[in-house]
Parts: sequence; C-alpha cells; structure tokens
Amino acid sequence: MNTVVAQLQRQFQDYLVSLYQQGFLDNQFTELRKLQDEGTPDFVAEVVSLFFDDCSKLINSMSRSLERPENVDFKQVDSGVHQLKGSSSSVGARRVKNVCISFKECCDVQNREGCLRCLQQVDYEYKMLKTKLQDLFNLEQQIVQAGGAIPQVNIN
Amino acid sequence: MGVDFLVGMANLMHIQLTLEPELKLLYRINAQSWKDINVDVNHKVESRLKLKFLELELKLLHCVKAHSWKNTEILTANVTRAVETIALLLVTMVMMLPTPSSSCSSSVVSLSQNPKSIRFDSFSRSVSNHMMEVCNCIEPQWPADELLMKYQYISDFFIAVAYFSIPLELIYFVKKSAVFPYRWVLVQFGAFIVLCGATHLINLWTFTTHSRTVALVMTTAKVLTAVVSCATALMLVHIIPDLLSVKTRELFLKNKAAELDREMGLIRTQEETGRHVRMLTHEIRSTLDRHTILKTTLVELGRTLALEECALWMPTRTGLELQLSYTLRQQHPVEYTVPIQLPVINQVFGTSRAVKISPNSPVARLRPVSGKYLLGEVVAVRVPLLHLSNFQINDWPELSTKRYALMVLMLPSDSARQWHVHELELVEVVADQVAVALSHAAILEESMRARDLLMEQNVALDIARREAETAIRARNDFLAVMNHEMRTPMHAIIALSSLLQETELTPEQRLMVETVLKSSSLLATLMNDVLDLSRLEDGSLQLELGTFNLHTLFREVLNLIKPIAVVKKLPITLNLAPDLPEFVVGDEKRLMQIILNIVGNAVKFSKQGCISVTALVTKSDNRAPPDFFVVQTGSHFYLRVKVKDLGAGINPQDIPKLFTKFAQTQSLATRSSGGSGLGLAISKRFVNLMEGNIWIESEGVGKGCTAIFDVKLGISNESKQSGIPKVPANPQHVNFAGLKVLVMDENGVSRMVTKGLLVHLGCEVTTVSSTEECLRVVSHEHRVVFMDVCTPGVENYQIALCIHEKFTKRHQRPLLVALTGNTDKSTKEKCMSFGLDGVLLKPVSLDNMRNVLSDLLEHRVLYEAM
Repeated sequence: MNTVVAQLQRQFQDYLVSLYQQGFLDNQFTELRKLQDEGTPDFVAEVVSLFFDDCSKLINSMSRSLERPENVDFKQVDSGVHQLKGSSSSVGARRVKNVCISFKECCDVQNREGCLRCLQQVDYEYKMLKTKLQDLFNLEQQIVQAGGAIPQVNIN
Repeated sequence: MGVDFLVGMANLMHIQLTLEPELKLLYRINAQSWKDINVDVNHKVESRLKLKFLELELKLLHCVKAHSWKNTEILTANVTRAVETIALLLVTMVMMLPTPSSSCSSSVVSLSQNPKSIRFDSFSRSVSNHMMEVCNCIEPQWPADELLMKYQYISDFFIAVAYFSIPLELIYFVKKSAVFPYRWVLVQFGAFIVLCGATHLINLWTFTTHSRTVALVMTTAKVLTAVVSCATALMLVHIIPDLLSVKTRELFLKNKAAELDREMGLIRTQEETGRHVRMLTHEIRSTLDRHTILKTTLVELGRTLALEECALWMPTRTGLELQLSYTLRQQHPVEYTVPIQLPVINQVFGTSRAVKISPNSPVARLRPVSGKYLLGEVVAVRVPLLHLSNFQINDWPELSTKRYALMVLMLPSDSARQWHVHELELVEVVADQVAVALSHAAILEESMRARDLLMEQNVALDIARREAETAIRARNDFLAVMNHEMRTPMHAIIALSSLLQETELTPEQRLMVETVLKSSSLLATLMNDVLDLSRLEDGSLQLELGTFNLHTLFREVLNLIKPIAVVKKLPITLNLAPDLPEFVVGDEKRLMQIILNIVGNAVKFSKQGCISVTALVTKSDNRAPPDFFVVQTGSHFYLRVKVKDLGAGINPQDIPKLFTKFAQTQSLATRSSGGSGLGLAISKRFVNLMEGNIWIESEGVGKGCTAIFDVKLGISNESKQSGIPKVPANPQHVNFAGLKVLVMDENGVSRMVTKGLLVHLGCEVTTVSSTEECLRVVSHEHRVVFMDVCTPGVENYQIALCIHEKFTKRHQRPLLVALTGNTDKSTKEKCMSFGLDGVLLKPVSLDNMRNVLSDLLEHRVLYEAM
C-alpha cells in the first residue's frame, strides 16, 4: 500500500514539475496551492474550474465579436482579453497569459486576423491546460483515496 | 833477356841516345851471366857515361851561349831523360840480379846520386826556371796539357780565395746586423765553406808530385768537408722552411700595416668632421636668438666648407611658398619666393639626407651668374621646423610636422671641387642642430612669457586672498556679537509670549499673541539658521554621530509632514528599498533636518500631485553628477533619497542658484509659506559634511522637480533596539483574525484568488464585483478595501474618492489598496492622487499580502512598494 502511495506521489510530483517545466504553470499556481489547506481542500480545483469556465465564456464572446470582419468591436475584444489576462495571471496559467499578451497587442492595432489567430491559440492553450490539470487532479484524488498525502512540491 | 830486353825497353822509351859504343857494348853483354858483370865493366860503363855527360854538357854550353834555347831545352830534356833511363836501367839490372852485389847496387846508387847528375839536375832546373822567366815576357808558350793544368791551378786558387772570403763577409755583415737567429747555422756554413776552400787550396799542391803529408792533409780536409757539408745540408732542411715563412710573415705584416693605415685615414677624417661639427654646434647653440642662430649657421658653414654661397629658404605663413630669408654673401637678399611644390624641393624634403641638386634649379640661382664656366656643385638639405607641440616625452624627433626650411649650399665655381661624403654628413648634422636650436629658442620665449603671466597671477591671487581673509574675520566678529545679542531678546519675546498665551485673553488678544508668537518663532528659526550656516561655513560644525533606525526616521519625517500634505491634498508615499539597512550610524538630527527640509519644500511648492519619497542604497549611479564618485566601502554605504513632486517645477537655469543662500526664484511667489531660502543651503552644507552630494532635477516650470541627495552613513553591526521595536512582520505575531476586508474585483477568478489569499490569512472577506456594490457594501467595519483597478477606465479610482467622502473622519475610513497588473509610475501616481493608501501588484503572493496587511494596519500608510 505504501509503495503504491509512494509511487503515486512520485508520479504526481514528476507530473507537476513537468507542467512547470513545460511552461504551463508558473509561480502563481504555487501560491494557489499554498492557499489550499484543511479548511479549503478544493480551493485550487474550484479556482481552476472557475477559470476554465471564464475562459470558454470569454472566448465565445470574443469569437462572436471577431466574426464579422466589417464591424469588429475591438473594445469588447479588448476587455475580454484583459479579463482573460487577469484571470490567467491569477491562476498562474502561463501560456494562456502569454497568448493574451500578444492578443492584446493585436487588439491594440485592430488586427483582426491576428486576433483570430490569437483567439485560436488561446482556445487551444486553455483546453490543453484543462486536460493537464484534470490529469493532475485525478492523480491527487488517487493519492488521497490511497490514503496518502498530497506532496508539497518545491519548484525552484 | 838481357841486352835484348834492355834494347827493347830503350826502344820503348824512345830514347834517342847517342851513346857511344861503350854503351852498346854494355848492351852486348852477355846476359847469360850477369854475374859476369863485374865492376870493371861497370867502371867502364861509368867512365864512358861520364864522358858522355861531359860531351853533352859542352854541347849544352854551346847552345846556351848561342842562345838557342830551344836546342838547349831539347838537349836538357834529352839528357834528363837519358839520365832517368839509365838510372832506371841500372835499377832494373840490379833488381834482375839474383843477388845483387852490394857493390853493384851501391854503384847504381852512387850513379844516381852522382854529383854530376845532381849538378845536372840543378842545372836543368835552373835552365828551366830561367826559361820560364824569360819565356813569360817574351814568348808565353806552354805545351797544351800544361795549359789546362795551369787553368785548373788558377781556378782552384781563385775558388779557394772565394771560399775563404764568403764566410768573412757573412761574419762581417752578421756582426753588423743586430738580429740573426741562426748563429749556429752560420758557423756550420762558414766551416763548410772554409773547408771547401781549404780543399781547393790543398789541391794546388797536388798538381805536382807531392809527399805523403800533403796527401794526408788533403784527405783530412776532404773528410772534414764531407762531414760538415752533410751536417749543413741536414740543418738547412730544417731552416729553409722557417726562412721562407719569414717571407710570408713579412708579406702579411705589410698587408696589415696597409690596412691599419687606411683605417687611420678614416678615423682621422671622422675626427675632422666631428671637430667641425662640434665647433659649428657650439657656435650655433651659444645663442638663443633666432636670427643669430641662422646667421651664425650660414657663416660657420661657409667658413668650414669654403662655400661660395649659402642660403636659407623659410616657408611663408601660408605654407605654399619658400621665401629666401638669409644668405651668406649678399647683404640684402632679394625678396624672392619659390612655390613649395617644386619637384626638386619635394625631393629634398622627402629625405633627411643632403641632396645634390642642379645649380640651375630655382632655389640655387641666387645671384647673377658672373660669367664663370663651371658652376659649383650645389647641395640642399631640409631643416625641420619643430613646434612645441611636437615635443612629447618619449618621442623625439617625430617629424610629424610638415614645415621645413631649405638650406642650400654652393661650392665655389670653377674650383672643380666635389662634395665629399664627410662634408654631406656634416651638413646633415648641422641642419639637425639648427632645428634643435630654433626650437629651443622658441621654447625659451614661451616659458618666459608663461613665467611673467604666472607672476602676475600670483600677485593678484595674493591680494584676493588677503581681502577674503579680512572679510571673513569681519563677518565672524559680527556674528559672534549678534549671536548673543540677538538671541537674548528673542528668547525673552518667545518665552513671555507663550506665558501670555496661557493667561486669560480676549479672542482678539489671543489672535494678536498668537501672531506675535508665530512671528517670533519664525524669527528665532531664521536666526538659528543663519548662525548654523555661518558655523557650517566656518567648518566649526561637527556631526553628532550615533546609531539610529533609518526606517523609523523616514516614517517620523513623514508623520511630521503628513498633516500639511493631507491638508493640501498631496499624497505622500515612502518607498524604502529592501536592501536598505535598518540600523545605521550617522547624525540623526541633521539627517532628519535635511529630509524634512526637502520634503517640506516639495510640499510647500506643490499645489497638486503626489509626492514620493524613495530611499535606496546607491552604487555608482550614472545619475550622479559626473564629478562625484560613489564608493562602497566596507562598513559604510551611501544612502540616496529622492523626493519627487509634481508641483511648480523649477526653471533649469535657476537650479544652480537654489543652493545659494538667501536666493529665491521669482516664480516662487509663495511668500506666505515663509522660509528664508536658507533651507537648501543648509541642507547642502549638511550633506557635504556627510560626504555626500545633493542636486535637483527639473524639466521646467510646471513639470515638477526631483530633489536627490546622497549621504554616507555607517552600517551598525548590532541591530540595537532603540525605542519601540518596529520589526516588520513576524507573521505569527500579527493576527489578522477576523479582520474585515472588502474585495472588489470584476474578474471572478482574481476575486476568488484574492479572497482565498485573505481567507488563508484569517481575514473575514466580503467580495463585490462592481463599484456600486462596493459603495453599497462598504462600511466602517471594513478595515481594508482591496479594489482592482486593472480594468481600463477611471471609474474604479473614483471609488476611492467616494469612500473618502463617505468617511470623513479619518479613523473610520477603511484603508484603500489598489490591485493592479502594472506598477508603473503613472498608475502609482494615479493611485496616490486619488487618495489610495497603497498599491499591490497582481498576482499577489501570500507573503506579500501578509506583509502588506501588517504594514497597513500598523502604519496606515503603505510603505512597501510592490
């Protein structure tokens, strides 16, 4: 039993570290994890799921704005990007945040094609991150079910 | 045998005997018996022979008388022969006798020793002698073989003479010469020659019959000669190579001598040249006057080299032409220029050597050709004209200058003289010397001028110094007096006014007293400032060093300033760098004075905008004035304080005046704020005392200004706890339990994160998502309001104002903190201007939030910039 837990824990650790190394997550995610304690055991999961919901909503609205080429409401797109950027930086979704930065630039110069491209990329990134985090949470649950504790991972 | 034998022998001997039959009778003796020969026969023979001899004698006499010497000679010869024959016969006869009787032999002997025969011998000899003597003068006629013999005789004689004379000569000459190394050889050789001569001499005797002694002597001589000659031959084998080598050595020495002679010649010429150069140089360098130098050069050169003409061409001011400046012979040289770009001139200028040029070139045609046939050869050399700037220390003579003068030298015409190598060398050396001499002259002029200038300056400086000293003394006296005289009444006024304030007064009276008090305290401050400044200038002020808390200092200053700032609605922020040491060593009072002064100025002269005070540890920053170098020594550091305001600003031209005493720029019309304009001057003095620097930057009127100063402070080793420990945030000590906070964020995620943060810290969090909601919800129970100001638009900031308005009493108003994604200046300034108490950069880390909260709650002002 213990070996299973240990193995799971190691797996979890490696996976988490790989996520950081691949640039999906940054320090803010670590901070978030710090906020999770006995009182709020699902804090991170809640925040993250909220974030993903936000992402999908915002992406939809932005894609609608960018749909028709003749009148693109860049203001709305801008605000959407802003929101997205804020959210992603709050949860530590690094890649999403980076795409948002370039998205904002395209928006500033009112480059519709660029915006569309960025939008696509954002969509892709957040979905990717969602999958990854889903896996991570599954691992966590397995550990918990196996009776082990979720390890504190130190990211250098 | 017998008579026949005798007859036969006689025939053989060709005897022409006219012997009487008696003799024949002798012959016809019966030989069978020699013993029959008796004395009688002998006697008969003997008598007959005697007769015969007599007859012959007569005949001879006849011949002699008749002077027929020839016949006499013949006869004598015949007789001699006859006698000899007979003697021989007789001897033979005797020998043939088996037993010769003694008488027989004796008779034979007597016959041969016949006095007559002997007499005849002598006669014949005398005849022959006589014959010789007479024959020599009249008829030297010798028989043939006797001639050869005679020649041999003479030659031998001469040879002997020669042989004897050679050693004598040798000895004589060797004795005369001092050195001859081979004495022994000479002796040997002499001996050899002498013996040869002796041999030849002795040979003379052997022509005739000679005795055994002669033969012996001859043999000895020959043997000795052989020995010596062989020895000499052997010796010569050794000697001759030596002697020959003497010859080669002699040749070698001769060559060597010739070589040395040549070298001597060379050295001598060199010495000559050197002497000439030295003399010339001496002449040239004995003066420092330009004209004299050049003139002397020409004169001396002319003299040394016996020149016809010598001229110097100097470049004109424009540098495009050469002008004839000096000549040797012509008194008034024609003003004569040639362009400097002539090929011949370029050729001369291109090399440092003396160059032979054609006498027809323009630089060489100095005087009208006086009908001579052959113009003398002309040589030209360049003279570099060096400037002072060419004299680098290690750099002589770098001919980086392009200015040359041209010296032209002409040999006398029709002299067929040629320029020799040593003369050319002389010319080159002289040209160099001239260049040096000229530059020395120039340098001397310069230095004389500089010295005069310096002397004048010295005098002026001395006078100024004395005046300054007098002034200072006067001022000090004045101040000393005033110090005491002015303060006493001042104190009296202030003390009594305050006392008066305590008494019962009517409102007008109170107002008057307050005004008096205010004015007098202002006056007192002014006096103190003036006196302080004068003490500072004297250098009699000394810093009072002590350990103090730098952070506390800043906060106190801000506390002091805050009332005024709040009244004027000028937010002040303080940013302390994280690496700023807490406990430092320095003059606390004075430092506070400086900061107060500067911040006070900022507040005073700003009507709006926020004031930021930043303190940091400075390394050598490029913003420091260039002549101020910041060095971080071990236990010291340099504190830099920047006070930025958005107030009236200062005209950059007025900035230098700021730090002068009593100066106020016209634009500052705020006389009501008081102040004498001494503040900055005093601050500057204090800063200088602290080994620092202070300066003000402003972009112009209305654009605000930044005052920056650096001071040197010591780092305290022990963190002394002076006063109330103000150690920031040991997290466990600060309890945020139940702290009511309000979070306003439109972004759900951020809202959630922030809430999570604060909840984790133990706060009681209320979240709102819009400004209206915020305004509705906010109450005095909330201690802190975190508001997100990221969203573009100013509405969020307005909230702060609204809240400010809502909560008039300061202690009830919650603290306002802005959460923003960027912390650039504009955001911060905006926050400050809207009255926010702090700014946080999103995303906020846990520790950050903790610190921020604790700070906020402690000090009500956010000191830590995020």
